[in-house]
Amino acid sequence: MRRFVLIAIPYVWLLALFLVPFAIVLKIALSDAAIARPPYFPQFDWAEGIAAFIAELDFENFVWLTEDDLYWKAYLSSLKIAVISTFFTLLAGYPIAYGMARAPEEWRPTLMMLVILPFWTSFLIRVYAWMGILSNEGFLNQFLMWIGVISEPLTILNTNSAVYIGIVYTYLPFMILPVYSALERLDGSLIEAAEDLGCSRLTAFWLVTIPLSKTGIIAGSFLVFIPVLGEFVIPSLLGGSDTLMIGKVLWEEFFSNRDWPVASAVAVVLLLLLVIPIVLFQRNQQKQQEAEQ
Amino acid sequence: MNRMSWFNAVSLTLGFAFLYIPMVILVIFSFNESKLVTVWAGFSTKWYGELLQNEAFLNAAWVTIKVAVFSSTMATVLGTIAAYVLVRGGRFMGRTLFSGMIYAPLVMPEVITGLSLLLLFIGIGLDRGVFTIVLAHTTFAMCYVSVVVSSRLVTFDRSLEEAALDLGCSPAEAFRLVTLPIIAPAVISGWLLAFTLSLDDLVIASFTSGPSATTLPIKIFSAVRLGVSPEINALSTIMISIVTVGVITASLVTKHQVARQKREEQAAERA
Repeated sequence: MRRFVLIAIPYVWLLALFLVPFAIVLKIALSDAAIARPPYFPQFDWAEGIAAFIAELDFENFVWLTEDDLYWKAYLSSLKIAVISTFFTLLAGYPIAYGMARAPEEWRPTLMMLVILPFWTSFLIRVYAWMGILSNEGFLNQFLMWIGVISEPLTILNTNSAVYIGIVYTYLPFMILPVYSALERLDGSLIEAAEDLGCSRLTAFWLVTIPLSKTGIIAGSFLVFIPVLGEFVIPSLLGGSDTLMIGKVLWEEFFSNRDWPVASAVAVVLLLLLVIPIVLFQRNQQKQQEAEQ
Repeated sequence: MNRMSWFNAVSLTLGFAFLYIPMVILVIFSFNESKLVTVWAGFSTKWYGELLQNEAFLNAAWVTIKVAVFSSTMATVLGTIAAYVLVRGGRFMGRTLFSGMIYAPLVMPEVITGLSLLLLFIGIGLDRGVFTIVLAHTTFAMCYVSVVVSSRLVTFDRSLEEAALDLGCSPAEAFRLVTLPIIAPAVISGWLLAFTLSLDDLVIASFTSGPSATTLPIKIFSAVRLGVSPEINALSTIMISIVTVGVITASLVTKHQVARQKREEQAAERA
């Protein structure tokens, strides 16, 4: 009996505040927008019965998503931004993780702490910090003009480049930590063996180190890719009006246009888009756990 | 392997410079005299003074702390129970669904979590305010707590619990006297994680808050949309210092504990 209560408490909580809300999103995605409170139709009415209620639902909003190319473009451009920024995060994160794993052992806890510290600092503040750096009169332009690389300030803030910089910056710890933990476990004698057998340093790196850190690379990439796909704060603070990301579209559809059914449909499609990377990520984690045992 | 190659030294230096320079600039310019945030005009702490007189920010900070304390405490209790049930509960009906619901919020885009909770609150006619933000934060934070706690539960020796039960403890006593002290560090770090996540959250709070409750991130976001301001720099500096002190203290405490544990183990071996 006690066991039942223990299981029931978190179970019921998650059912009520996680699963049921999703059912509601799905239902509203199938409803029509209406000028009413709440602004959608149909409302569930016990008197009319379930059959009449279901008959009112339709896929109109999803058809609308395929017809209006704003949504298509937003999904595609979110995917593109997520792929490119994941790649750049890996490019920036891998050397740092590698350097950490090769650093003297007594430094490593401090280096770890230095990577984790920004993670505990407010996400919003870290994005905001770049607004002052990337603006036309910002520090980056001042610096570049001072060393004489450019004579006119570059426009970076409110473009996609600023979005990429912001994503790489804020998600870097998510890439460094899994790659570092894979590299730290790596047996140094394997690389020495490869070098003894005639590999150059670069080939040994390419043929031994990279394959052996593969699980870390994959885990880090998904940890960046998945949340970036639905990112809202970075594109709305650093991006411009032409930066299309689905998280931003959903937000505007809901708060500015007040079209709840379309916002819900956008959410459902975003979720479907995420299923594949999440399943792949899960599989990678399982493989890693099996390898450790 | 102990000597650092120049390549590693350079990549570490550049990497940490990239991670820290933006925050250092933010902190320096919070002490700037001028309203223009990118031009240095002399040292001043006037923006901190203005911040302390800004009623709206202070109210928002108070709401944020209230929400974070309540939600992280509830999330820790629920998340620890969930982890215990998942690791020790054996098989029960709907276990797969349960573990799915624990892991799903970790990868869910915040906009979707926020939207779905808002639609629920409106559906059941709950007025939005501090209470609804607490409910929302508890829900997603409990999943993080449960992941942290269950990773600790998996690694610890079950025979300790069984010994306590054999020696006449009731299951509740065994949990309180044996299990809880061992998993306590994980429970505490789970609470800290939940607290930080709640302090930080903009998107879910925006969806689930009403006009009566504005949290600090919501306030900062609406101010920052208009551009960079020295007052926000001052506020950021305060928040960055609190986190830095917290993280450094936590890591010193763990270091101390690890050292003590080692000494005790050595003493036990000698005895």
